[in-house]
Amino acid sequence: MSERLVTFPHMGEYWIAFETLVLELGATPLVPPRMTKHTLEVGARHSPEFVCVPFKYNLGNFIEALDAGASVIGQAGGGCRFGYYAEVQEAILRDLGYEFEMVNLTSSWSVGEFIADFKRIAPGVSTLRIARAFAIAYRKAKALEAVDDRVRKNVGFESERGAHDRVVGRFHRELRAAGAFRDVARLEERTLAELAALPLAKPERPLRVGVVGELYILMEPFANHSIERRLAEHGVEVHRFVTLTKLIEHGIRHRPHVRALLGEADPWVKYHLGADGTESVAMTWKLMQEGFDGMAHLKPFGCMPEVSAMSVLQRISREHTFPVLFVSYDAQTAETGIRTRIEAFADMLVMRARGRNSA
Amino acid sequence: MRKGYLGVDIGSISTKAVVVAEDGDIVASAYLWTEGNPIGAVKRVLSEIEGQVAGTDVRVVAVGTTGSARELIGSVLGAQVVKNEITAHAMGTLSMHPDVRTIFEIGGQDSKIIVLRDGVPVDYAMNTLCAAGTGSFLSSQARRLGIPVEEFGDYALRSTRPTKIAGRCTVFAESDLVHKAQIGYAIEDIVAGLCNAIVNNYLNNVGKGKEIEPPIVFQGGVSKNVGVVEAFKRLTGHDVIVDEVGHLMGAVGIALLAKSSGLEGDFDFAVREFEFQTMGDECGGCANNCEVVYVLRDGEFLDGWGARCGTGIERARTASAGR
Repeated sequence: MSERLVTFPHMGEYWIAFETLVLELGATPLVPPRMTKHTLEVGARHSPEFVCVPFKYNLGNFIEALDAGASVIGQAGGGCRFGYYAEVQEAILRDLGYEFEMVNLTSSWSVGEFIADFKRIAPGVSTLRIARAFAIAYRKAKALEAVDDRVRKNVGFESERGAHDRVVGRFHRELRAAGAFRDVARLEERTLAELAALPLAKPERPLRVGVVGELYILMEPFANHSIERRLAEHGVEVHRFVTLTKLIEHGIRHRPHVRALLGEADPWVKYHLGADGTESVAMTWKLMQEGFDGMAHLKPFGCMPEVSAMSVLQRISREHTFPVLFVSYDAQTAETGIRTRIEAFADMLVMRARGRNSA
Repeated sequence: MRKGYLGVDIGSISTKAVVVAEDGDIVASAYLWTEGNPIGAVKRVLSEIEGQVAGTDVRVVAVGTTGSARELIGSVLGAQVVKNEITAHAMGTLSMHPDVRTIFEIGGQDSKIIVLRDGVPVDYAMNTLCAAGTGSFLSSQARRLGIPVEEFGDYALRSTRPTKIAGRCTVFAESDLVHKAQIGYAIEDIVAGLCNAIVNNYLNNVGKGKEIEPPIVFQGGVSKNVGVVEAFKRLTGHDVIVDEVGHLMGAVGIALLAKSSGLEGDFDFAVREFEFQTMGDECGGCANNCEVVYVLRDGEFLDGWGARCGTGIERARTASAGR
């Protein structure tokens, strides 16, 4: 019998944490091949035409990983169509003739189910080992997010082009190899110090833009055409709040989290919009009041929770003359249109800021 | 001798160029079809411009390019400023209508709205994903009905009872239109219905959630269609200004942006004499297979685009050296 190789979908650089998780469970990880146009092509070819585009990317990752020898797939779900991804993808892959085991880690948000799922990924693993594996993977994800956050805010102002990328490239390599909690913590600390030491040409009051919307499009630069980076390159400090670890925390504490969000989204939203919709409204409203210069709202074409959020965001934007850039993504790969929109958005923010300063 | 700023706006359908003197005078302007060949169109537009500038005291000291071919032509002309058409249109329009509060723009492939307050753009939107309700849709429907697109507006004005046509989506609109024609609606009523559909589509998509306040300036190729202009007036309840030189606003805007950049360089109309050649290649460096486009000037590599990383451009450079 061939070896059990465990794979998972790509999302940004989180593969480093997923790989660690599988390793620490005592199983063998197979990181899906890096995202390319081929990933999207095979994913889209075998997906329902009208499904949201993250489904197509995930499916592409799975097909490429299965072709490379994977035999176990870990998938998650959420409070929208994402909740059906694992089942539908499993059915499609079986129809295509693949043999594998599908483990849906979020079929229910109970600790017992969670542990049972991990035991399916790595048969015979002890509960204690699961706890440790989860904790270290989680810690790595936190480190990735801390570094990412710093880069988003400063990369647009670096004096030497490519300086941030160099530090981050090394960080990713070392994070992958780090084995102990202490090592991860030290690496994070050292990387943040290195980033802080990079020379910046940053004005005292830089343009600040918040990025909100659907979680996958937000966190996968390949799918969003590196919109955060492109915004930053126009001299913008980019802020994003949706991260994987926050989604996990919110998933575990779902009810109190939604209640808190509805409070922040008051008076715009009375009922939960599903998935990240309510958060998109809450954050936009909050950041506007904090004096941010604008927001970018990203979603897959046809994303119901974000479509619902959009009409509220349009009202906030209109009533408070607060710029919101709306971008819908599907399986298109031409970047020109996105670049034109981002450049125009950034130009407008600059002109607005100049107008405000001279007034 | 006055300083002049050359602005070139190379759209999918038409290419526009102006020279704005330092005091704001438009000393030269030209407008012609791109015909799928942006470099050829720019050479032709420059020869017109050169003729108009020749008799004046103006010397071009900076160049700006905008429109969908702005990067290519920016490299060809050695432009000081390369900017998107949204910003260029806002600047150009503001220079002629300082009190404008809303700009509607419907071009060949895209449509946009710019909201301005106190002379500053404060919000904009552009059609997403789909070209429904743009000029190319109108001209294909005109062809289907056998009417020259230039007369489309006049047909619409003659209608007394515009028929309803679904404007949500080009495909739906088209089947609606065919169906209405087959059951016997007058062609004028169908054309008027189509103009209404274009405007409804625009207001419900691009204009969705925007505060549309007068003065409104309407630009882009479709603004030459009086049927659409009338539909805009009726559906917004405001007057809609269509400028005689509305089609030049992007070029004027980018010329002004070149001026305010403070950058200057040598510009010679003799750039027309060079042989420019564009090449497209799939990189092949990884599975992304980026489509790299590059331009050669008299056989030498000038610039390249379209690669996600540096490899594609390097490959193009090497490939062109060995040619």
